[in-house]
Amino acid sequence: MTTIAATSPATSSWVADWISRNGPVFAIFALIFALWEAAVRALSIPDYILPSPSVIAAKMVASWQLLLSNAFVTLQEILLGFGLSVAVAIPLAIAVVYSRIFERVAFPFMVSLQTIPKVALAPILVMWLGYGIMPKVMVAFLISFFPIVINSVIGMRSAEKEMIYLVQSMGANELTTFLKIRLPKALPSIFGGLKVGMGQAVVGATVGEFIAAERGLGYLQLISQVRLDTPLLFAAVVMLSFLGVLLFNLVAVIERIAIPWSRVATEVAE
Amino acid sequence: MAHDARIPPPVAKARAGAPIKIAGVTKHYAAARGGDVHALAEIDLSIAAGEFVSVVGPSGCGKSTLLMLISGLIAPTSGAITVGGAPVKRAVGNVAIVFQRDVLLDWRTVLANVLLPVEIKKLDQVSHRPKARELLRSVGLEGFEDKYPAELSGGMRQRVAICRALVQEPGLLLMDEPFGALDALTREQMNLDLQRMWLRNRSTVLFITHSIEEAVLLSDRVVVMSSRPGRIADVVHNDLPRPRGAHTRSEPRFVEHVERIRQHFLALGVLSET
Repeated sequence: MTTIAATSPATSSWVADWISRNGPVFAIFALIFALWEAAVRALSIPDYILPSPSVIAAKMVASWQLLLSNAFVTLQEILLGFGLSVAVAIPLAIAVVYSRIFERVAFPFMVSLQTIPKVALAPILVMWLGYGIMPKVMVAFLISFFPIVINSVIGMRSAEKEMIYLVQSMGANELTTFLKIRLPKALPSIFGGLKVGMGQAVVGATVGEFIAAERGLGYLQLISQVRLDTPLLFAAVVMLSFLGVLLFNLVAVIERIAIPWSRVATEVAE
Repeated sequence: MAHDARIPPPVAKARAGAPIKIAGVTKHYAAARGGDVHALAEIDLSIAAGEFVSVVGPSGCGKSTLLMLISGLIAPTSGAITVGGAPVKRAVGNVAIVFQRDVLLDWRTVLANVLLPVEIKKLDQVSHRPKARELLRSVGLEGFEDKYPAELSGGMRQRVAICRALVQEPGLLLMDEPFGALDALTREQMNLDLQRMWLRNRSTVLFITHSIEEAVLLSDRVVVMSSRPGRIADVVHNDLPRPRGAHTRSEPRFVEHVERIRQHFLALGVLSET
């Protein structure tokens, strides 16, 4: 078996590996699109009810500038909201782990706030912050904040007490214990929260645009709906999906770089 | 055996371990559900520099509490403990701990794990690197320096944990059931490995275990503790010649020591023959 590995070039084996891993997913998508296309043509469903994949694709090519410029607005809202979430959630998680007051008062308070559907706050935010980018950023922030803070707290508490004893017996102070033990130990959990949070931020920004907007993919959807331009409506959905997948993978790539040992763990587990 | 071929010549520099003096130490602590737990009744124990002392006793007899007290991580309710002549306050310098769980840091390679104390104590990394490698080599982990802990077996992980404890050349090595989670065969090998390392660096060792045979095999003295509140029921002196090994277990004196300790457990009701 070593001879086979040695004779075949590394790149082609990498491609083969990728295809064997992702091939089935693409096959399923191809099948769905084919059935969709066939059904729309066979039943002659009008475009304004259900456009076929080829019509949507043609629309995307024709309106790429419109789609891209609106996607850029939504992307900005997502990234600002998500960034704000991270900037607030991580320090707050540290405060909860280290401060009794935060643990006993602020944290339960935050958990109870979580029961408010954040989307329902969007009209209020529009009233306060106007039609610009800010209310969408705030909805994205509010909705993505909670999974990040919860996962960070869980992660930072996950270090075994022996681990803490161990570094304390070496004379480590609280800061060293945090930087060398609690934080790296928490990273897998924090990234879990970031992935969920990123998905939520996409939802938040889009819903924010539904409420009131002058630009963005959510706004584009509303306009297309009013004009019965269903292909453009679908094109906007496709763009939003692209954005979501792109951003999720961005977090996943950073995760892989930041915690190389977890990949080792899963490889060993396999 | 093959293992012995790896032993480098004994390190010329003789390192004296730190003597321990425990005088009238008691420990009470608040139980989680309120109330007061009397973990340790008065303990008096002196351990000579470079001595290997084991503590055996039933679960909950305060063995681990005793170890934590000596490490300085928790404070006694009364009494005094000195290590190397200096009273123990908060966690102090020259003590290393090995727990039952290896608590290796998953995000560090094997070598970086071994060097953790060097890093935290802000000692010179470069000069300790060869020492860390030599320690790993002496326990058969040569070539594993750049692996992550997830790639190692339980026995290998615990060996790394012991190397991590020894890299700082501790005057006192505290071990809390270090081999409790390992299978029987690995455990026997680890006993021999530990003895070999100890014979080379002669730090003082306080070794907590549930296994009577393990305690007798490794120790100069075995301290037998009674149930809560923990107190010292007996101290068994053991001067069987070293290095000890599989052959030691069949010696009459070994059997005698084991039997004597077992009788204590029978008397304490920890072991029952009916």
